[in-house]
Amino acid sequence: MSEVDIRKQAAVLASTETIDGEIATLNLGPTHPATHGIFQNILQVDGERILSAEQTVGYIHRAFEKLSERRPYNQITPITDRLNYCSSPINNIGWHMTVEKLIGADIPKRVDYMRVIMMELARIADHLVCNSVIGVDTGALTGFTYMFQEREKIYDIYEEICGARLTTNVGRIGGFDRDFNEALITKLRDFLKEFPAKFDEFCSLLERNRIFMDRTIGAGPISAERAMQYSFAGPNLRATGVDYDVRVMSPYSSYEDFDFIVPVGTEGDTYDRFMVRQQEIRESLKIIEQALENMPEGNYHADIPDFYLPPKEEVYSSMEALIYHFKIVMGETPIPKGEVYFSVEGGNGELGYYLVSDGGRTPYRLHFRRPCFIYYQAYPEMITGSLLSDAILTMSSMNVIAGELDA
Amino acid sequence: MSKTVEAYIEEINKDFSSIDLSVDDYGMHNAVVAKNEIHGVMEKLKEAGFNFLTDLTGSHYPENEGQEFQVVYHLHHFYNNLRIRLKVNLSKDDLEVPSVTDLYAGANWMERETFDFYGIQFSNHPNLSRILNVDDMDYHPMRKEFALEDETREDKEDKYFGR
Repeated sequence: MSEVDIRKQAAVLASTETIDGEIATLNLGPTHPATHGIFQNILQVDGERILSAEQTVGYIHRAFEKLSERRPYNQITPITDRLNYCSSPINNIGWHMTVEKLIGADIPKRVDYMRVIMMELARIADHLVCNSVIGVDTGALTGFTYMFQEREKIYDIYEEICGARLTTNVGRIGGFDRDFNEALITKLRDFLKEFPAKFDEFCSLLERNRIFMDRTIGAGPISAERAMQYSFAGPNLRATGVDYDVRVMSPYSSYEDFDFIVPVGTEGDTYDRFMVRQQEIRESLKIIEQALENMPEGNYHADIPDFYLPPKEEVYSSMEALIYHFKIVMGETPIPKGEVYFSVEGGNGELGYYLVSDGGRTPYRLHFRRPCFIYYQAYPEMITGSLLSDAILTMSSMNVIAGELDA
Repeated sequence: MSKTVEAYIEEINKDFSSIDLSVDDYGMHNAVVAKNEIHGVMEKLKEAGFNFLTDLTGSHYPENEGQEFQVVYHLHHFYNNLRIRLKVNLSKDDLEVPSVTDLYAGANWMERETFDFYGIQFSNHPNLSRILNVDDMDYHPMRKEFALEDETREDKEDKYFGR
């Protein structure tokens, strides 16, 4: 008997054991405060126990793939912001690297390291949101308020490199539009100095908290086999014990230079997902420290005049720069024909870009492999037979982001 | 020395007649498979260790007569870290392809998404219905015949750059 059948049977058994055995239909969502986004779940419940769940998604579908087919390559970056808006820099940089793979650009080491810093900051911000919200859903609001203060500091660092906070649109194809400035380095060093102590406090609030552990251990589990079946990736897959991490498996942006471990869980339940993310935050801090210490000298962008905007002074004074500027802004760049798949380790797992170029000014076809969309379909299986309050926890610990789910 | 993608394909090639394997400029292995064999090929590849379905999507090439639609699968072999891209070409008159939901549970929504946007029919799919678009939509919006902007607009015509 399969794992699914066992759970279904348990649910049916539970329903016959209740006092009146009455089955009710409950609409969880689309706009329910506990779902952190626009998701609808139509649950069949017997008292507190869930017998089945049916999902409806697509409430914030914005046709990104269709929009991308009409936009020049550099105008697609703002679209990627709005996928997983908790970690926009990873999406932006992933897209830039996809285009760089298509055109075969040679990227300086310094850009790689700067990107690693931005992406790991984004990962910390993403995981902080997810983990502190798990706390909120179990009734521990305090950790959330403290951790959101720390997330603000990460957003302050974003502001120094791109001027924006949530939808960052950071970087350009080929690198960054400016170098890390003094203020950014200061803020980053302050963050690295102060954050670990604050984070330790947050850990001591929850990690070995008896109430929290009782509440999360065994809630919404999934086995490694089923998780692989469902194409899980990222922390949710690692919580089941599969050590798949794109940063290690197919290193990009010089991740092979850094020393870090890939934390894994064993049970694949809410507690393991929480702990994997906690550990990943610590590993990300380690990576940022290494990147900052070993930051190579060099240029902050690649030497690809066809794709990277020339400096403004030159545009106003030299003919050649003006031509390049004009061609890039008008989308007249020489994009080769080709078909690439490139993936990065996003906050939620393997974030992939499948790009088909026919040599035109816009992508012929662009498909985002959105980890949320793929793993959210396992949700009914994970909550069938469990309590309603565990279902809420399971959803927040899976970190389903509506923007990424619906694209 | 771990096995290459060619070796895996070589192994299953005797059972299938249609696999056309090539390597593109980016080092990715592309295999074009006939639609009646795709399920068998995926099954064999899964047994061989390609047990992670990274991505499943479609695309539309209206210029390719007889092969207007394409279903694209990305598989990943974790142990040897190999990726392969499988493609099935479909004619616009016959958009039916076997579903792989029985092999990969995660294919369920990816196939629904592909159906939703391209109208590709996955046979034996447990619940092939629209997923991101509204249920009463009567067309498949990612097809190339649906321009993103109203084509009758004249205010955006650009006679200097030709678009």
